[in-house]
Amino acid sequence: MCLGIPGKVVEINDEGPLRMARVDFGGVRKEACLAYLPEVVLGDYVIVHVGFAISQLDEEEAHKTLEMLRAIDAEGMAMELGALPEVDRTAEVTGPLPDAPPSQAPPAPEAPV
Amino acid sequence: MKYIDEYRDAEIAHKLVDEIHRITTRPWSLMEVCGGQTHTLVKQGIDEALPKGVRMIHGPGCPVCVTPLEQIDKALVIAARPDVIFTSYGDMLRVPGSTTDLLSLKARGADVRIVYSPLDAVGIAAANPERQVVFFAIGFETTAPANAMAVAQAARLRLDNFSVLVSHVLVPPAMTAILESPTCQVQAFLAAGHVCAVMGWTEYEPIAERYHVPIVVTGFEPLDLLEGILMAIRQLEEGRAVVENQYARAVKREGNRAAQETVLRVFEVGERTWRGIGTIPDSGYHLRPEFATFDAEARFDVGDIHTQEHPACIAGGILQGTKTPLDCAAYGVLCSPQKPLGAPMVSAEGVCSAYHAAGRGLAAPTAFPLYDLARVDR
Repeated sequence: MCLGIPGKVVEINDEGPLRMARVDFGGVRKEACLAYLPEVVLGDYVIVHVGFAISQLDEEEAHKTLEMLRAIDAEGMAMELGALPEVDRTAEVTGPLPDAPPSQAPPAPEAPV
Repeated sequence: MKYIDEYRDAEIAHKLVDEIHRITTRPWSLMEVCGGQTHTLVKQGIDEALPKGVRMIHGPGCPVCVTPLEQIDKALVIAARPDVIFTSYGDMLRVPGSTTDLLSLKARGADVRIVYSPLDAVGIAAANPERQVVFFAIGFETTAPANAMAVAQAARLRLDNFSVLVSHVLVPPAMTAILESPTCQVQAFLAAGHVCAVMGWTEYEPIAERYHVPIVVTGFEPLDLLEGILMAIRQLEEGRAVVENQYARAVKREGNRAAQETVLRVFEVGERTWRGIGTIPDSGYHLRPEFATFDAEARFDVGDIHTQEHPACIAGGILQGTKTPLDCAAYGVLCSPQKPLGAPMVSAEGVCSAYHAAGRGLAAPTAFPLYDLARVDR
């Protein structure tokens, strides 16, 4: 029920009481109500939940996220963030390191370490 | 498919896993709120690829699972009436009530119909004026705009044979209830991306601040989840606790205003009982008084029905994140997707069905992770 997936708007019908569309999900076409996304036009991608488009995909944001993900490199990311302490990579994850900033949240006592 | 395939790139997934390992210096417990996210995590083996000590606690975000037994029993009483066409999302049909389920009732001759959209139920009501059409309006904030619009349309069409059995729940009060619990182990949340697509994330800002808990609005694809986990752990490691948005392509801070307006025109916030968790104040929607004529509970006089869960089922602990399906004696033995005891095994978003589909704790696996994220060479 929360598993909405993105689809492309391929038909829009403004004639009825509610703005409706045909949305293509990789070849499967379903009807969706556009009442909550009045500005959507043909070719836009929307996320549909139980027959209602609730969100329009933002191409620019999607591009930015992907570019950032593709740029991830263990060293590069550390440089970019610049806020991380140098850590001994060989160390086991057993507890706070001397240089690690303190955290307010207590560690889970029974987490297997 | 666009906006899906690129977020399943195995190479980037491995880089993200490496980065999570690199920045993690101590054990952390994170909760993914939404059942859809649970399924991706378990199916892809993402939770098993995380550093030792980093634990994903599965949240209560499965609408089918948290719908109380009482509501299902009310649905069964209404659906058994000969004058009723009972309509529901498909997920609800096999959820066991006290004595039977909607699908069995249908097999015995009740007119139970699966609808894809609640507007279909309104259409059935318009086409069958001599019958009473009831829609089982369940779900989180993601289905509320659709369910609200169905009621608004029925009112506009003056349909006097349409009503809704409402069992709507809200995510932020459930997160607060989890954080207030004395046994709470959650240190950061991955918030449900599509709930936030509707409601935005302003409701989560006071929670992050008050409980000093990082909250990352997260999508549903493997890369979304990995990035969400990375962002949450980074906050934990740095001692920060704010709301961040991983799912920027689909979620804006203010959410979908048009949807929120219709939801709050039809529904008002009130107390709700959550299956396995109990009663939480201000945790769900009820019809506003001006739409009371569409309330199926009043129309069919289904009073408070008292019910009991199957004694072997530990759904309550699972929904609160204190237990996993592997702690359950019935899991895979007495309880399977074919013969479920509790709702988390029925629903496509339930934790038990996610574990079962991935073959966790079973003699023979029923599915394999799509990507081999859990590499052994660490």
